[in-house]
Amino acid sequence: MARKLRILMAKPGLDGHDRGVKVVARGLRDAGFEVIYTGLHQTPEMIAETAIQEDVDAVGMSILSGAHMVLIPETMRLLKEKGAGDILMFGGGIIPEEDKKELYKMGCGKLFGPGTEIREIVDFLKEKFPDRT
Amino acid sequence: MLESTTSRLLEEFRSGDRRACGRLVSVVENEGRGAAEVLSELYPLTGRAFRVGITGPPGVGKSTLVEKLARLCRDQDRSVGIVAVDPTSPFSGGAILGDRVRMPSLFTDPGVFIRSMASRGGLGGLAMRTREACDVLDAFGYDFIIIETVGVGQIELDIASTAHSTVVVLVPESGDAIQMMKAGLMEIGELFCVNKSDRQGADRLALAIESMLGLRSSQDGWKPPVVKTVGTSGEGVDALLAALERHRSYLVESDLMSARRKFRVRVEIKELVEEKLKQKIWSRPEVDARLAGLVDEVMSESSTPYRAAAALLEFIRADSREEV
Amino acid sequence: MPEPEEIGRRRSEWEKKVAKGMGAETMSGVRLKLLYTPEEISGLDYLRDLGFPGGYPFTRGVHPNMYQGRLWTMRQFAGFGTAKDTNARYKFLLGHGETGLSVAFDFPTLYGRDSDDERAKGEVGKCGVAISSLADMETLFHGIPLDKVSTSMTINGPAAVVWAFYIAASEKQGVASEVLQGTIQNDILKEYIAQKSWLFPPEPSMRVITDIMAYAAEHVPKWNTISISGYHIREAGSTAAQELAFTLKDGLTYVEAGIKAGLDVDTFAPRLSYFFNSHLDFFEEVAKFRAARRIWAREMKETFKAKDTKSWLLRFHTQTAGCSLTAQQPENNIIRTAFQGLAAVMGGTQSLHTNSMDETWALPTEKAVLIALRTQQLIAEETGVTGVIDPLGGSYFVEALTSELEKQAYEYFEKIDALGGMVKAIEHGFPQREIADASYRFQKAIEQKRRTVVGVNKYTLEGEELEIPLLKIDPEVEREQCHRLADLRRTRDNPKVKTALEDLRQACQGKDNVMYPLMDAVRAYATLGEICQAMKDVFGEYAEPPMF
Repeated sequence: MARKLRILMAKPGLDGHDRGVKVVARGLRDAGFEVIYTGLHQTPEMIAETAIQEDVDAVGMSILSGAHMVLIPETMRLLKEKGAGDILMFGGGIIPEEDKKELYKMGCGKLFGPGTEIREIVDFLKEKFPDRT
Repeated sequence: MLESTTSRLLEEFRSGDRRACGRLVSVVENEGRGAAEVLSELYPLTGRAFRVGITGPPGVGKSTLVEKLARLCRDQDRSVGIVAVDPTSPFSGGAILGDRVRMPSLFTDPGVFIRSMASRGGLGGLAMRTREACDVLDAFGYDFIIIETVGVGQIELDIASTAHSTVVVLVPESGDAIQMMKAGLMEIGELFCVNKSDRQGADRLALAIESMLGLRSSQDGWKPPVVKTVGTSGEGVDALLAALERHRSYLVESDLMSARRKFRVRVEIKELVEEKLKQKIWSRPEVDARLAGLVDEVMSESSTPYRAAAALLEFIRADSREEV
Repeated sequence: MPEPEEIGRRRSEWEKKVAKGMGAETMSGVRLKLLYTPEEISGLDYLRDLGFPGGYPFTRGVHPNMYQGRLWTMRQFAGFGTAKDTNARYKFLLGHGETGLSVAFDFPTLYGRDSDDERAKGEVGKCGVAISSLADMETLFHGIPLDKVSTSMTINGPAAVVWAFYIAASEKQGVASEVLQGTIQNDILKEYIAQKSWLFPPEPSMRVITDIMAYAAEHVPKWNTISISGYHIREAGSTAAQELAFTLKDGLTYVEAGIKAGLDVDTFAPRLSYFFNSHLDFFEEVAKFRAARRIWAREMKETFKAKDTKSWLLRFHTQTAGCSLTAQQPENNIIRTAFQGLAAVMGGTQSLHTNSMDETWALPTEKAVLIALRTQQLIAEETGVTGVIDPLGGSYFVEALTSELEKQAYEYFEKIDALGGMVKAIEHGFPQREIADASYRFQKAIEQKRRTVVGVNKYTLEGEELEIPLLKIDPEVEREQCHRLADLRRTRDNPKVKTALEDLRQACQGKDNVMYPLMDAVRAYATLGEICQAMKDVFGEYAEPPMF
């Protein structure tokens, strides 16, 4: 049995805008993935721990608060520290181009902006994990 | 033979690496290559944890209760493993696993490990490999394992064979006792929990459950207690844990623990054999071809499903003999 | 007027010429006919259902003269960085003809946490201004006379604390609290439903809200104590009918709470105001505003037996729909906002915020915000729409749609009542799930191209690159803010703070109005985070119900 793609959809920080993360979570479920949703107000430590316990393939961060340059690198650092640096980080929200470039340099996966269709996120994940269903 | 990556994982697992624990749960969940070997390797380490099932209809506050129960165990310095099951969408095969939303206080506690599982066609509110996932957590050394089932109206017996103690959670709005009995809930509970008991009707429900239990045929001499809780505030959760402990002692003292274990092992072996047989039969192309032919016969009304099944069994038997 | 039979006969003749299955849907999925005639509003009774502006049931407007008497307040929501940065932006806006202030706080403040809180990292001053103490509030309004402006503050969970900062800041300016004018959003129910910056569970939250209402009635009589908000519900993806229904049901729930706390409805109801979203479906939005006024007036008069006509008035602020703006071809947003602003004015709004074109990318630049303000000034002074009150009233279509939205709202009221009221419905996750379903349907419609979003799924530009300047928040802001807080904690009278916080805890445990000890704590320069923590110690924290 081929392994199902497991994705953690995380909402870090105090930002309460969860319309996007919930729409994407549903979209990924409808694409056949198993999505772990942990609710609002997660710290990087909580996200990294959850990713490990749930053995996810990727972590999707939804950030609209402008705190991406703090929260994404910190979560990536913690994953690495816990021996889970191979878990793919990706995200979405309001992230200016120059910040995106910097995050890509750190090894972050794709960051999706406003107007993204769910299909694009599904395609991105399928391409990254061709052996999963 | 174990693959090298799997044996390395096992090694890390034994040294207490949480990442390895998470990955081994995936291995057994996905029934990937090596799953049986992994479980076999881990088997000697299992059997120490107390496994508690929490079940009940949707919306009764199971996750909140699990969180509070886990917190209480942590206060007593016991480590906790949680397996939370959510339904797989029958349309897409995907799932949203959202039980964690109610348990944020446990996320960064090193003495807690939470694993969400999609039911993937499992019955009775469990996932296909819930028991195996519990085995992994048990082997990792968690003292207290809580299994939270899918919130289904209809409970089957699977949870009872997976956990040592099964708690059926209800709320004052759950409906009348007759409905609950119809749903099979009264049969499987070793403990009953009236959650959200600060609401009207809690006492009435507790009384109704107790009188229903009076009618239940008691096979093992245990009289299920009814505990009232308020999950959001934690009220009554200590009484619930104490009742669970009493049940555990009862199981040990009455020798039911080992009797049940024996029963479980028996079921497990049978299931493993059945699975292997199934796999063996249906993976053979000639069986598949014969089946297709038989389906056509039924469709053209020259046979019936019953005759077709008999014919296929005969075919398989003959075919197997040749193979041997 | 021709006889109804004659209209019906002619209508059938016309219908024969119309292709089958014609008729669109509103943005929220209300099926529309191709044409509306007197038949669609045959049940409408002019005096009962519409009346005259300034009179029951206020469908046509809350003031007798409407915009010929006084224009709406042009109030741009603004806040970023430190209190000093935002103070400069306020002075800029007031200098360009803005007539009211509206404070946007950053996430830590909205969530009752100080700028130096571990969990505030990276969010200080990003989505609004960071206000951690009275000292910050003093800076925010430095040189702005608080007896002359009206100020709206979007603050909910910690509304009592931030309002206390404002009152105390006015004391420092020598302004009596009795003359203060403005609004605190203070709408916790919609936080649970949509905006998600909550602190305490519903019960203690409702208690603090009634304490605020009582304190205002006594000491700050011109203050709007709750701005019952549909804006965030809509932004979270609801339909127009859901926005209308959930928001009004929230409002009615506050009224019930006030009455249950022993207040006379007419002492606090006139200080309740509303805040709606104005989205892209022009007529649907106008109808929504009209329906809201009619429902509120009827419920206040008939159900709650309010006697003061001011209790029947639904006064509202409007913000154009942030979620309708696109990151692609951002200049198009100016046009979207203009249509939405126009709908708000045609719907009879009392104040308006128009979004800036760059807001999907960042907080607005000065240039962008000026265009947004000019959009309002254009509507007010160039288009001529302010000359006639409720100009769309009497339109067969708009009246029919108004009644339809009203009907849908009452259907939701029934469902919510069946769940045991709004607080219970929220605990069940009912409104949250309805909204999430609607937002998912909407997203699907866009992806399947059943809905057009210009510049996003149609009329796109290949290789488009962003060409507008963006406002950047210097990370230095966070450090600066933390330093200032550290200084404050060092220099204030700490034993006094400790006593004040203990008094506050005591009040929270008992039944006394929490506003009094809270004011004392604020005057002693206790910080936002300290005060909220003291209250959480007693009240506990809210946990969101499972969503899926």
